[in-house]
Formats: sequence, C-alpha cells, structure tokens
Amino acid sequence: MIHDVLIGPFTEFEFMRRALAAVIALALAGAPIGVFLMLRRMSLVGDAMAHAILPGAAVGFLLSGLSLFAMTAGGLIAGFAVAILAGVVARSTGLKEDASLATFYLASLALGVTIVSIKGTNIDLLHVLFGNILAMDDQTLLVVAFNATVTLLVLAVIYRPLVIESVDPLFLRTVSRAGGPAHLAFLALVVINLVNGFQALGTLLAVGLMILPAGIARFWSRDLTTMICIAVVAAAVSGYAGLVLSFQTRVPSGPAIILVATMLYIVSVLFGRVGGIVRQLFPGRHLEA
Amino acid sequence: MAALHFHNVTLGYDRHPAVHHLSGEVAAGALVAVIGPNGAGKSTLLRGIVGILKPLDGTIHLGGLDARDIAYLPQSAEIDRSFPISVFDFVGTGLWRATGLFGGIGRAAREKILGAIASVGLNGFENRPIGTLSGGQMQRVLFARVLLQDASLIVLDEPFNAIDTKTTADLLALVKRWQGEGRTVLAALHDMEMVRNHFSDTLVLARGPVAWGPTAEVLTPENLIVAMRMCEAFDDSAAACAADDVSSRAA
Repeated sequence: MIHDVLIGPFTEFEFMRRALAAVIALALAGAPIGVFLMLRRMSLVGDAMAHAILPGAAVGFLLSGLSLFAMTAGGLIAGFAVAILAGVVARSTGLKEDASLATFYLASLALGVTIVSIKGTNIDLLHVLFGNILAMDDQTLLVVAFNATVTLLVLAVIYRPLVIESVDPLFLRTVSRAGGPAHLAFLALVVINLVNGFQALGTLLAVGLMILPAGIARFWSRDLTTMICIAVVAAAVSGYAGLVLSFQTRVPSGPAIILVATMLYIVSVLFGRVGGIVRQLFPGRHLEA
Repeated sequence: MAALHFHNVTLGYDRHPAVHHLSGEVAAGALVAVIGPNGAGKSTLLRGIVGILKPLDGTIHLGGLDARDIAYLPQSAEIDRSFPISVFDFVGTGLWRATGLFGGIGRAAREKILGAIASVGLNGFENRPIGTLSGGQMQRVLFARVLLQDASLIVLDEPFNAIDTKTTADLLALVKRWQGEGRTVLAALHDMEMVRNHFSDTLVLARGPVAWGPTAEVLTPENLIVAMRMCEAFDDSAAACAADDVSSRAA
C-alpha cells in the first residue's frame, strides 16, 4: 500500500521517473544558488529575473510550438540579456540593481505574455506560466542535467570571491578584481537555473525551488556549508513529495512541488532551531555566559 | 626612498574636490597620522591611496607597490555582519594574496590564521559567527585580517573610533609592531594625545594640506585652528578650479 503510493508511480511510469530526475537536478544546482540569492538579499531579484526569461521562451514557442528545447534556448538568451543589461546599468549609473531589474522584468513579462497570446491558446499560456514537468522529453532532461552540472562547476570556481563579496565587498575590491566577474557569473548562474526551473515550474514559480529551500535552511543552521546542504535536501524532498502528491491527487505538478516546499517552510518558521517562532516564544532560561 | 608620492593630487566627488592640490611624499617605513576635522578629506585621501577613488587631477605614485601590497581598513566597513561566516574564515580572507581564487588553506596557512587571531587576543573565538561579536571584537578581527595581508603599506581610517581604551592599547601596539617590521602605516585619527605620543609624522588636512612634517613641529594649536576654519566648503555652483600647484611639503 505504502509502496504503491510512494514508489509505485515511479516504477510504473517513465514520465514520473524523468520528472523525478529533473527535480533532483533542479534541487542540486538551484538550491545553492538560492542560498546565495537570499544571503545577498536578492531573493526578489531572482523572482524578477524569472519573469525576464519569458519573452525569450515565448519567441521560442512562437517559432517552434511547445518544443521545450527551443523555449529553453530562447529563455537563456533573454535571461542573459536582461541580467547583463541590468547589471551594467546598475554598475555604471549607481542606480540600485533591484530598481533597474524591476524596470527590465516588467517590460519582459508584458512582452512575453503578449507574444504567447498572439499564437497560443490559454492552455499554452498556462503551460508557460506554470510549467509542466511531466512532459519532459529526453532532450530537455539532458539540457536540465547539463545546466545543473555547469552550475555546480562554475559555483565551485567563483565560490571564494562570491562569499567575500557577499560579506565585505569593499575588501574584495581592494585586494582583487574578481568581484565584478564573480558577480556577473553568479547572475548568469541565476539565469541558467531559472531557465531550468522554467521547464518544471513555469515562469511564475521557477524561482520557488531556489528561494523556498534557502529560506528553510536559514532556520536550521548558522553555517554556510550546512545551509547549502539543508537547502538541497529540502528542495529534493519537496520535488519528490510534490510529484507524489500531484500523481495521487491530480493537483498540477508545479504548484504541488511549491506547496510542499511551502509546508516545509512553515514548519521551519515555527520550529526552526535558528530563530524559529517557538524557540523565540519559549527560549528557556538564559545561560550563564 | 618614498613609499608614496603625491603630485598635485585633487580627489573628490562629482568634480567637487574634497582633497585639494596635495603634494608631498611619505617615506617608506614612516608612521603617519592624518588629522583634521570631520569633512577635512581624510577618508577621501585614504580612499585615493588604496585606489578605490580615482584622482580628479594629479597622480599618486605607490613607489612600485601593487594594489595587493596595500591593506586598507575603512572607517565604516560595508560588512554584512549577518552573513554566516566564522571568525576563522573571515580572518582567513586576509590570505587572499597568497591563495587567490583557488589556493588551498594548508596546515601552515591555518597556523598563520590562528596566530593572527591570537595576536589580537581573540583565542577561542575561531568558530564564532562574526554576527555575534561586539564592536571592539569586530575591530580586532579586522586588525587580524590586516595582519595576515602582510602588506607593506597599511592604511587605517579612524581605526579607534568607538573602541574602548584596552582594545585601543592592544591594537595600537600592533600598529607599532607593523612599523617595527618596516611597514609604512597611515592612519586617520582624532586623538591628538595618541598622535603626539606615538606617531612620528603628521599631516594636518583641511581639504588642502595645512601642515605636514614631524609631529612635534606640525601639531600646534595654530595649525589646528587653521584646519578648523578651512573645512567643509562645498559650493554647488563653484567654478572650475584654475590653481596649479599650490602648497607642498614633504614628510
């Protein structure tokens, strides 16, 4: 019985296996990026950028229908364009990055929805906005896995300057010129992972598997490495449980995954070891030193 | 041999000068105090020296020093104290010159980091997140990082602001140790007593240089009064400056 509910769907159906593989790839790469987004106070920047990839994906859709591969390529191009433009505008004008991003992403979202509506139906629009992880083909799954691999490799390369830039940007500027490139590389990784998430969760929820696990991890550890591990596990568990939930109840897969992550988040907010609400309400007697 | 050579340097923001026509040089191994009222341009000058701020005019020669040979402790560091990083890792970033992007932290480096943390009196704090430190402890951590940077020019911007006397004494001892090791140290300071007792040379700054030389000759009530008067002139509609090389003196 339990086997039928929890494991059966994956042994029985190939599309469930593909979806599970995709979700684990997303968790491995996206969650660490999400932790850095959160620590750099860029959570909403990630959200904004998720919308920015829409016009590219929409153009892909316009050219070749619901081909996930074409939509991925388009999304990557649009995402990079917006990330780089926003980064350049912010660094050269002193306008804060969030402000310049807000401008770019609003334009992108409007443009994207317009393009999809020109050719597609409302169903297509739903697909673009909320994704469809159950429709992964081999090619797309490979792209997702490839992007995840690239993400982890690049993150390993820029890890040190990225950490220092997050803690003490002025110091990094005085000892090295790696700060700017590291920041841009990080933005590129954000885009890559948003496009990845776009396949599974759609443009509106793509950032969910990055930010929610990061938020969860924040309530359980004060150490960066531990935080990243917790976030990855939380993302993978949400993905798996979301797929099961979706399979058993016919809730759409993307929202199901995000809802499970949200449940974990709420539990963490309430019972987390680091700053959880219950801990704050009942802190125990103060210590001696 | 000069560690630093200013040639008619003007530094500022949006074309408005904060340091105006400064010329002179700092000898290698000197311990120089930069004093002056708020707004005199002390921080601006130090930012110019470490290269974060490009001069509007003139040049600053570093005597062959690379940016990596300079350790800079800003007045209000833009440090995100909530970032989850331990004292050990934070101090360890001072080894950047040796490790760069990928260099590993080996046994010797670990010893160095622990040694630096011990030198500033923070034994046992290695694994504490920096967010849990007091202001004085954080300043000690920053000094430990400067220690590891092993820089030949050390630039400190009001390093003893809001720091208690015990910590100040400990950190001042470090500064003197650096000078003993032949490093050049520049520090912006407000404590005249400290300058008189510990710093060989002094630059009295008030947008332009008021006086520059051995502390005993320079640190006079007259110079300080002049400095007070000259300060904080920022005119939105100021005309372009026509002056060439005005005053110059060497330390």
